[in-house]
Amino acid sequence: MSKFPNLIAATAMASALAVPAYAEKFGLGRPALPEEIAAWDVDVSPDGTGLPDGSGDVFTGEEVFADKCAICHGDFAEGVDNWPKLAGGADTLDHEDPLKTVGSYWPHLSTTWDYVNRSMPFGAAQTLTPDEVYAIVAYILYSNDLVDDEFTLSNENFLEVQLPNAEGFIIDDRLTSEAHFWTDTPCMENCKDTVEITMRAAVLDVTPDETGLVPRAETEAAAAEEPKVEEAAAEAAPAAEPVEEVAALDPELVAAGEKVFKKCKSCHQVGDKAKNKTGPVLNGIVGATAGAVEGFRYSKAMSGAGADGLVWSEGELAAFLAKPKKYMKKTKMSFAGLKKDADIEAVIAYLKSFDG
Amino acid sequence: MSDNSKGFTPSRRQFLAGAAAAGAGSAVAGAAQAAGPDPLITEVQEWASGLGDGVDATPYGMPISYESDVIRRNVEWLTADTISSINFTPIHALDGTITPQGCAFERHHSGAIDLKKEDYRLMINGLVDTPLVFSYADLERFPRENRVYFCECAANSGMEWAGAQLNGAQFTHGMIHNMEYSGVSLRTLLEEAGLGAAGDLKDKWVYVEGADASSNGRSIPMDKALDDVLVAFKANGEALRKEHGYPVRLVVPGWEGNMWVKWLRRIEVMDGPVESREETSKYTDTLEDGTSRKWTWEMDAKSVVTSPSPQSPITHGKGPLVITGLAWSGRGTITGVDVSIDGGKTWSEARLGAPGTDKALTRFYLDINWDGQEMFLQSRARDSSGYVQPTKAQLREVRGLNSIYHNNAIQTWWVKANGEAENVEVS
Repeated sequence: MSKFPNLIAATAMASALAVPAYAEKFGLGRPALPEEIAAWDVDVSPDGTGLPDGSGDVFTGEEVFADKCAICHGDFAEGVDNWPKLAGGADTLDHEDPLKTVGSYWPHLSTTWDYVNRSMPFGAAQTLTPDEVYAIVAYILYSNDLVDDEFTLSNENFLEVQLPNAEGFIIDDRLTSEAHFWTDTPCMENCKDTVEITMRAAVLDVTPDETGLVPRAETEAAAAEEPKVEEAAAEAAPAAEPVEEVAALDPELVAAGEKVFKKCKSCHQVGDKAKNKTGPVLNGIVGATAGAVEGFRYSKAMSGAGADGLVWSEGELAAFLAKPKKYMKKTKMSFAGLKKDADIEAVIAYLKSFDG
Repeated sequence: MSDNSKGFTPSRRQFLAGAAAAGAGSAVAGAAQAAGPDPLITEVQEWASGLGDGVDATPYGMPISYESDVIRRNVEWLTADTISSINFTPIHALDGTITPQGCAFERHHSGAIDLKKEDYRLMINGLVDTPLVFSYADLERFPRENRVYFCECAANSGMEWAGAQLNGAQFTHGMIHNMEYSGVSLRTLLEEAGLGAAGDLKDKWVYVEGADASSNGRSIPMDKALDDVLVAFKANGEALRKEHGYPVRLVVPGWEGNMWVKWLRRIEVMDGPVESREETSKYTDTLEDGTSRKWTWEMDAKSVVTSPSPQSPITHGKGPLVITGLAWSGRGTITGVDVSIDGGKTWSEARLGAPGTDKALTRFYLDINWDGQEMFLQSRARDSSGYVQPTKAQLREVRGLNSIYHNNAIQTWWVKANGEAENVEVS
């Protein structure tokens, strides 16, 4: 019925574990120094190997989390937009669309500590102290209702914490549970009586249709990048009021800004065919009133600021782009900000080339 | 034309462009009589009279502008931003088996970093006789191997679990590329550090980790680490691209792409798996009863018709038609591919472009005389382990509907009489 035994035989035959006792050495590389190993070898295993000394409580964790994590993960670890939810989802794994969070899905607490320590915060990884990591992990446990608000997590009590889904995993069993896919004789004729369409992608209509699939005439023009910039500037010139400003647009700066704008592109569009996406269309944004793009649902904070007369002068825009959440506390824009002034200047120049 | 193909106006555009190109506004198929002398032949064209570009016009050549739609694309709604995201290889527009680096899909967890060879260090530590640090130049002094392997993200086709979603082979199957890698076997480097300290290798693991901010790390059992894993620095003859881990990435043949750690900086010999984020909370497969499979490393045999397909409609009317696609298996070589044009009632064995090779893409062709009727195109891969690519119904029967990764089900394209194609599921 199945060729499954062949597979096992082949795997066993191919075992690579036999290492010759005296493998040839090339004498390349140099011994790693203890300080170097200590700097890089920071992974933490389920049995706690690798955990540094330290501790942090839920209360501190809440503060650190609000400061460093909530911009993406939400104040209560509930997740902002498409960013991961870290809390909730208990008992949903066998439901339709299970919610997989640290509390509902992750098997080991070590994984949370290790990941927060090595890979977070997004855009500023490896800047947290061990105590901050303990505190954040304690807060994540709290937000999953797994500990109370008095809880302090430390290297001492780390292994006492059991996550609910610790026993929820099995090792790959495809060779047995799917053994019937190893079949000698697939059907070639009269394999079924009827073929009916049961589902269509076109009905769902979620395929991207504007990114990249550009008609040839357009791509030819776009292929050479510089002419495109000139074109944009040329188009803008007659329509725009502050003629001096447009004339002053430095094509190199605009091109640099186009690159910076890649960071914005997942939410914002500019240009002829731009549409409101996660963020509003940005044509003509420089000099425009804040919160005023038609058809976009702004945060109350942003539309309020616009109603109060905020205009996106270059200065205001630069301040906003440097630290969006600091500039406007409740903005929906979940972007950490542009660190370099040069990037801010460039992206503003780029935006000015789309004067709408 | 069907109104329902609304999501894919470009195919219509290509359709028309193709028809126009068929000659002097005539869309008549085949070797029909020309309406009149073709000016492209009877009139001296500019390119046949004037001069073209000199050498060095493009010191590093890019595809000609007419091919500028053959590019990677992403699906915005999939991820929160483009830094931790994925895009897709335009497999619908490629032929042969080697994926050019410039359009090979990218997947980053903290963005593609800029790491110079001079700043590159690779550490081997843990249960080894001598923990070592290699520079890039050191790596180039070890004996090198050349191997062609596919790299497929475990999430390839993941959006199709619940039903037909994305209308194009690029989006349904484009998280894959196939390159020729040059590099040093991981075995050679581990032996250089010495495995005596590890004792019995049977229950040992290596943990591999990247230098980028995501610090992506995966645990690999020693058996695999000593078998065919490569520490690669060239792909398709040239340096790895930044987005694929320049200057050094891991190649883990046949296993899910997340394990192919980019910007590889550390290899640790350990007595157990780390159970890091990418091998617990992600890249695990939740079954219907809520339990989840872990360590599902091998990519099972899979195939897809790349043309015709939604982004690559038939533009020439009935008559000779090349049906082509790709097949691969993480468990060995592709031994055969069957193609059905009637939704799986009857199957014909396709012609392989070249015999299948271990854990690499195989190109297949079925050359037919199309009668101009609608087709339900499917392909079915078979591999050297005896595995036959299952239907989606068969997979769902075992795994339920909540799986994300490892969807290797048979794909169906509904090719309509007008030549356009749509992603569908059939009974």
